[in-house]
Amino acid sequence: MNGRPDGSALVTGASRGIGAAIATALAREGWPVGVNYRSDEDAANAVVDEITSEGGRAKALKGDVADTDTADALFAALEEEFGPVLVLVNNAGVRADGLAPMIDDDDWDKVVDTNLSAAFRLTRRALRPMIRSRYGRVVNIASIVGAVRGNAGQANYAASKAGLVAMTRTVAAEVARRGVTVNAVAPGLIETDMTEGIAENLLEHVPAHRAGTPEEVAECVRFLASDGAGYVTGVCLTVDGGLTA
Amino acid sequence: MAATATREEIEGRVFSALEEFGAEPDQINPDATFESLDIDSLDLVELAQIVEDEYGVQLKGEDMEDVKTVRQAVDLVMSKLG
Repeated sequence: MNGRPDGSALVTGASRGIGAAIATALAREGWPVGVNYRSDEDAANAVVDEITSEGGRAKALKGDVADTDTADALFAALEEEFGPVLVLVNNAGVRADGLAPMIDDDDWDKVVDTNLSAAFRLTRRALRPMIRSRYGRVVNIASIVGAVRGNAGQANYAASKAGLVAMTRTVAAEVARRGVTVNAVAPGLIETDMTEGIAENLLEHVPAHRAGTPEEVAECVRFLASDGAGYVTGVCLTVDGGLTA
Repeated sequence: MAATATREEIEGRVFSALEEFGAEPDQINPDATFESLDIDSLDLVELAQIVEDEYGVQLKGEDMEDVKTVRQAVDLVMSKLG
């Protein structure tokens, strides 16, 4: 551990759920945090308020990561206020479930654009300043769906998350010797708005006999983003209560 | 937004970057190939970032494809500044 340079953290999709918990956890580590959101400004401001009430620094940043111009805008805003983005957490994700014959092109594209292509664009934008700084942490929020197993009704989501893990491994190998790590976290069943309604029939398969919390996912991200995790790169860390064990 | 810089300045900055990447200082000259200096593709990505930060010149992957020597890199930056 050589100590980390000054900079900031960006968490996409951070107005609620797992993203909000990650933003809060990184702020507690001392990072000024960009709390990206697409539409729920009040929720994003609530996350910022919580961070600042604990003595941290944060800024709400509106932007749909599926738009190709968003990455530059988010980075420019953070760089100006807090310095280079040295931690990037690609958390923003969407679902548009259906059995494969029922997934139309729009539902396919929407999910792959947000969950995979946007994560790549943000990662690409993040890497060069990280390489220059000889320090960087990219954490991609994947899912056990796709990354580890299939799940009927989520061909688009699974494909996007499997792609995200493959991108993670590849980019990790490219930049490892500049002190930049790229990892993924694959949550299982976590209590959030996004998993509402799909939890009940899955719980009996979870060895831990409960759903995980956003904070438990955030703790994994906190570790991977830490200075001490500098030799951990290219992994996909499952946090699923033993579901895929 | 390209800044103005002389060829000597650009060459000096490229030399110092190559040294920072681990090239042997006495091996660095305009005719040296990146291969002979053990400069690889990731080093060139970083060189592109340095040039962008300091001279406002954007170098794309396709620009860099044919760049094999130090002189060619300096030529490329000068042409973008032009």
